[in-house]
Amino acid sequence: MTAVTAPPSEGGAAPRGGSGRPRDARDERRGRWRSRRYRWDVKAMPYAFVSPFFLFFAAFGLFPLIYTGWSSFYRVELTNLDAREFVGFHNYTRLLEDEFFWNALKNTFTIGVISTVPQLLIALGLAHLLNYKLRGSTFFRVAMLTPYATSVAAATLVFTLMFGTDYGMINWALEHLGFSNHIDWRAGTWSSQIAVSSIVIWRWTGYNTLIYLAAMQAVPHDLYESAALDGASRWQQFRHVTIPMLRPTILFTIVVSTIGATQLFGEPFLFGGPGGEKGGSSHQFQTLGLYLYEQGWTNYHLGRASAIAWAMFLILLLIAAVNGLVARWLRKNHEG
Amino acid sequence: MATISTNPADQAAGAADAPRKAKRRTPGAPKAGRQLHAGPFTYIVLIVFTAISLFPLVWTAIAASRTNSRLAQTPPPFWFGSNLFGNLQTAWTEANLSTALLNTAIVAGSITIGTVLFSTIAGFAFAKLQFKMKNFLLMLTIGTMMVPPQLSVVPLFLWIADLDWTNHLQAVILPTFVSAFGVFFMRQYLSQALPTEIIEAARVDGASSLRIVWHVVFPAARPAMAVLGMLTFVAAWNDFFWPIIALTQENPTVQVALTSLGRGYIPDESVIMAGALLGTLPLLLVFVIFGKQIVGGIMQGAVKG
Repeated sequence: MTAVTAPPSEGGAAPRGGSGRPRDARDERRGRWRSRRYRWDVKAMPYAFVSPFFLFFAAFGLFPLIYTGWSSFYRVELTNLDAREFVGFHNYTRLLEDEFFWNALKNTFTIGVISTVPQLLIALGLAHLLNYKLRGSTFFRVAMLTPYATSVAAATLVFTLMFGTDYGMINWALEHLGFSNHIDWRAGTWSSQIAVSSIVIWRWTGYNTLIYLAAMQAVPHDLYESAALDGASRWQQFRHVTIPMLRPTILFTIVVSTIGATQLFGEPFLFGGPGGEKGGSSHQFQTLGLYLYEQGWTNYHLGRASAIAWAMFLILLLIAAVNGLVARWLRKNHEG
Repeated sequence: MATISTNPADQAAGAADAPRKAKRRTPGAPKAGRQLHAGPFTYIVLIVFTAISLFPLVWTAIAASRTNSRLAQTPPPFWFGSNLFGNLQTAWTEANLSTALLNTAIVAGSITIGTVLFSTIAGFAFAKLQFKMKNFLLMLTIGTMMVPPQLSVVPLFLWIADLDWTNHLQAVILPTFVSAFGVFFMRQYLSQALPTEIIEAARVDGASSLRIVWHVVFPAARPAMAVLGMLTFVAAWNDFFWPIIALTQENPTVQVALTSLGRGYIPDESVIMAGALLGTLPLLLVFVIFGKQIVGGIMQGAVKG
C-alpha cells in the first residue's frame, strides 16, 4: 500500500463544477501547474516532515558526539577554553592508570546490578499479580507509577533523610527489628550503594511493572487453559508459560535498565550532599557519571571528561553486543 | 488489534478470538478468556507495595510540616505538624522557587510542544509516505536512542559557553527539543490508527500534504499526541544532568534549585522537604488528573515498542 496515488487529473477538485463544459487553454494550463505542484508536494514534503528531527539531532546529537571524540584527544581546560593542546591518546592512557576511573567503573557495575536485578524481579512479580482480575486495578497501577513522576532531586532528598544515621527512619525501624547498631548509610561502601540503589528501585519499579503487565496481557489465554488442563499449578504456569512468552520484553527492559544504570548520576550526586560529585568521602559510591562531572566541572579537565564519555559509550556498545549475543543464544536454545 | 486495550476483559475477549484454539477443550472446561480472580494474598501484597510507593511522598509532606529539631529526634514523626506554611515560605524564598517553577514550566512546556509536533509529522512521514532512504533514516532514528546524553555534554557546554547561553533557558530547551523515541512512538501509532485510504482520498480531493497533516493526521493522532505529551512533560520536568551543568542558581529549573537546598553545611531538613514537596506537587497534580492515561500510554508504548 502506498500513499502515492495517481495525480488527480484535471487538477484536483476542478472537474466537480460542471461536467461536459468545454475546457479552454487557461484551464489546461492551470491543471498542468497543479499536477506539477502535486508531484513536488508528494516528493519533497516527506523530507520536510522528517527534517526538523534530523536537523536538531545533527546539531545537538551527532555533532557533539563526534566533537566529543575529537576533544578527547586535546587538553581543554574549563578555565581557558581557547587554549587547546593536542595530546593524542594521553587522556585515555591517563584514564586507564587512574584508580578512580576503575573505582567508578566498579561502582557503576555493582550499583547497576543491585538496583536493576531486584527492580526487574519485583516488577515481574507485581505485574503477575496485577494481571489477575482485580478490584481497583487502575488505582494500583497509578499509585505504583507515582514514584516515576517524582524527580531525582525530590526523591533523593527524602531518601537521604530517611537513611539518616542517628534519627533516620530506616535505622529506627531496624532498631525495632533488633539491629541495635546504627548503620552509617553514607559512609560504608555496601550500605551507601544499597541506599543509592533503593532510590533507583523505588523510582523505576512501577514503570517496569506496567511494561511487563502490557506484555502479559498480550499472552493468549488458552495457553494458560491448556496448561491448567495439563495440571500445571499457578506457579508452574507463571514459570513455563508467562516467562517464556515475556522473554523479548524482559530483554528489552534489561537493555533499557542497563543503559540507565550506566548513566546513573542524580541519585549518587545528591545523596553525597555537598561535594556530591566525589561520591562519598572515599569515593565509595562515585559512578562514571559523577567521575565525568568531577573531572570536567570540578577539576576543569574537559578533555579528560570527553575521554570518559567515550569510554562510557564503548562500554555501552560492549553491553549491547553481549546482550545481542545472549538474545540470539536464547532464541536458538528456545527453538532447538 | 488496532489498539491495545488496558481493560482486561477486552484483552481476554481478543485472546479468545486468537486462531490458536485449545485442542482438548470440552464443554465442561472453564470458558475461554476468563481471567483468574485475585485472592486475598494478591491484595495484601499489592497494598503493601502501593504503600511503599506512596509513603516517601506522604512522608515528604509530614516532614515539611515539622521543625528541623523535631526531625532530629526518634521516633520520627508520623503525622502532620503545624510548621508547613513557614517551611514552604522559607523554601520558596531560599531556593528561588518562583523563578525556578516558572522556568521549569517554560522549559517543559516548550520541549513538550516541540517533541509532540515534530514527532507527529516525522512519525506520519515514516508511517504513511514514500520517500527514498526511508528505511535507512528510520533505522538511524532508532539508533540514536542508544546514544547516552553524557556523550554530548562537553561539546554542548563549550558551545553554549561560546554563545553566552549559560544560564539561558534555550540552552536547556534546544538539545531536547526533539526525541527519537517520540518519532518512533508516533510512527507505530499512526501506521495502525490512520487508514491509508483516507490520505489517498484527501489527495484525490486535491489536498496538499500540509492540509492533510492539519485536517487528517492531527485529529487521528490526538490520543497518542496527548500520551507522548504527558510522558515528555514528566521527563522534561524531572531532567537533572544537563540542567545542572548548563544553569546556575541564578536562573535555575526546579531540579537545580532543589540542589541548593540540600547543599548547605547545616541543612534545615524540614525546609528541604518543603522545597522537595513544592517541586513535586505540580507533577503529582498532573498525575492525579491524567494518571490513567499515562499508565495506558506506557503500556501501549511497551507492547508496540
